[in-house]
Amino acid sequence: MNWDFIAQYLPLYEKAAWLTVRLGIAGILLSILIGLACAVIQYFKVPVLRQLCTAYIELSRNTPLLIQLFFIYYGLPKLGIQTNATACGISGLAFLGGSYMAESFRSGIEAVEQIQSESAYSLGMSRLQVMRYVVLPQAISISVPAFVANIIFLLKETSVFSAISLMDLMFTAKDLIGLYYKTTESLFLLVAFYLLILLPVSVLGSLLERRLRHAGFGA
Amino acid sequence: MAETILSIEHLKKEYDGKPVLDDVSLKVKKGEVIVIVGPSGCGKSTLLRCINALEPIQGGEIRLHGEPIGSSPKQLATLRQKIGMVFQSYELFPHLTVMENIILAPTKVQKRTKADAQTEARTLLSRVGLADRADSYPRQLSGGQKQRIAIVRALCMHPEILLFDEVTAALDPEMVHEVLQVLLDLAEQGRTMLIVTHEMQFARAVADRILFLDDANIVADAAPEVFFDTPVSERAKNFLSTFTFERKNKNSQDAALRV
Amino acid sequence: MPDLGLEVLFKGKNMLRLLDGLGVALKISLIAVAISIPLGLLLGILMTRKNPIVRALLRLYLEFIRIMPQMVLLFLVFFGATRVFGWNLSGELSAVIVFTLWGTAEMSDLVRGALTSIPAHQYESGAALGLTNAQTFFYIIIPQTVRRLIPLSINLITRMIKTTSLILMIGVVEVLKVAQQIIEANRMSSPGAAFGVYLFVFFLYFIVCWPIGRLAKYLEKKWV
Repeated sequence: MNWDFIAQYLPLYEKAAWLTVRLGIAGILLSILIGLACAVIQYFKVPVLRQLCTAYIELSRNTPLLIQLFFIYYGLPKLGIQTNATACGISGLAFLGGSYMAESFRSGIEAVEQIQSESAYSLGMSRLQVMRYVVLPQAISISVPAFVANIIFLLKETSVFSAISLMDLMFTAKDLIGLYYKTTESLFLLVAFYLLILLPVSVLGSLLERRLRHAGFGA
Repeated sequence: MAETILSIEHLKKEYDGKPVLDDVSLKVKKGEVIVIVGPSGCGKSTLLRCINALEPIQGGEIRLHGEPIGSSPKQLATLRQKIGMVFQSYELFPHLTVMENIILAPTKVQKRTKADAQTEARTLLSRVGLADRADSYPRQLSGGQKQRIAIVRALCMHPEILLFDEVTAALDPEMVHEVLQVLLDLAEQGRTMLIVTHEMQFARAVADRILFLDDANIVADAAPEVFFDTPVSERAKNFLSTFTFERKNKNSQDAALRV
Repeated sequence: MPDLGLEVLFKGKNMLRLLDGLGVALKISLIAVAISIPLGLLLGILMTRKNPIVRALLRLYLEFIRIMPQMVLLFLVFFGATRVFGWNLSGELSAVIVFTLWGTAEMSDLVRGALTSIPAHQYESGAALGLTNAQTFFYIIIPQTVRRLIPLSINLITRMIKTTSLILMIGVVEVLKVAQQIIEANRMSSPGAAFGVYLFVFFLYFIVCWPIGRLAKYLEKKWV
């Protein structure tokens, strides 16, 4: 292991890691919005929109991110829709993540028993009030484990960003392997940085999950 | 003669083409306490759920103060405020404290001020002996406590009629009494109530009228003394006999020999 | 109407080449799944044993594999193995190794989850009826576990197929690589080919994964 090499290229990885994190967070936030919108539309059975949501979810879940990115990055410009790599990465991640988040929200909403809504309706609440004050708060806390799993999944998926020339961790590692043949060092840094990003999320997630499982509301 | 609050005419309700309520008619007067009894699956709970429009109906009409229930979502929400319902499984909202549970609908639906709703909630809570649990979460309470709070939550909306759907069926025996006591107090206050229950002694004590439901229809509608002491129909007799037990060969030599 | 390059798909053997590429991806994922399932069953059962060292080691393996992006694993095996052991692994072999390691980890966790999700009183009522441990396991636990596992394992297959798109990055000629080659070759005659060809590949993956996913969902509904 050549520690000088590692020290020399550490800043490069650091920069790449920030790019991964930034794009990841942006994509994940958008995913949550898309997912929530889809889940609510499906819950209220809004005509047309509901079918569109189902089609989107099936398309998004049954195709790889890499191809979604290639299509957005190389394909769409032929229709006159230009994107830069950053926007493409974020929108690709959101396209993929939206469906995963939608499914988590949906199963969370389904896990809230029907009779909970009924008791809220019997108090005279409107459909939106029931959703906002009774169903969603419970659904979201039920979905927390699936939610964290999605976040980790999406952060991992950012590793394909290098394919559209975003200078993320994978890109940097590949570059250094190609340029200097410092394979061991490059791979070591690659693994170390991914652990640095993903381990805290994973640990936080399992803590949160344990707390919810053993205590629930009012602990 | 007291005014009629709720009237049900020729109500018809089916599940998958099978009638659960078939041509049921009923008038409820202000201040009346009606207990509905009957074998399981006879449609007692369904009747309550239809009154609150939690179930779509296939025929007939339900009117509150002459206004048909369920003509539009907005009207439905308004009418539901006047009908309080308490469920077998309490259905407190687990993510909210007791106080938040009680004041959620008064503040969000009736747009009352938080302070006003809280003051009333405290009064009602102390009346059911739970003044000290305002800040607890539902999971920290016993079943009996949860059910009393569910009743308070319904009362805080100032309903004109209260529906109780087997509210003691999920409770341990020692908690049944504390909940039924609350119902008795409400009856004393002159509240209009429809109660579905399997507690026959309680039914007899609290009811002005007993409705006996069987096979999708009202078979008997009588004062409690009449219904329990001199049941007319064969079906009512059969039903009441399921609450008494008898061991035929007890103490007889036969039984001893057979063992 | 801009040139969308759909006609490129029907030129020469392009369509066949793309399907061949898809075949490579499917072959790799199916080989990996075939090895992963028995290995995963074994490791999953081992994970429910009490031995703390075995459990700790398996846990470490599982967590590392699951937390690393599959792309990183591919790089580790493809470039790392060459470097550390001096093996010159082909891209395809590296892919099979990585997908097997990953599939085994995922499968073992599914098995562990399915086994531990069976409530203790199921074991107890087996014992109460006078069944031996082995009988309880075979007649009561396994049938329930298998029903939970099959839909989840089928889902694992679609995840694996989707992930094969990554092997392009270690130089395996699969469907996406073929797509790139076709687009490149027709750069002059049909500059819009990127749209049509990538759209086609997108739907190709969808057509493969969607029915498998539906099957998993159907079985899940039927059995759980």
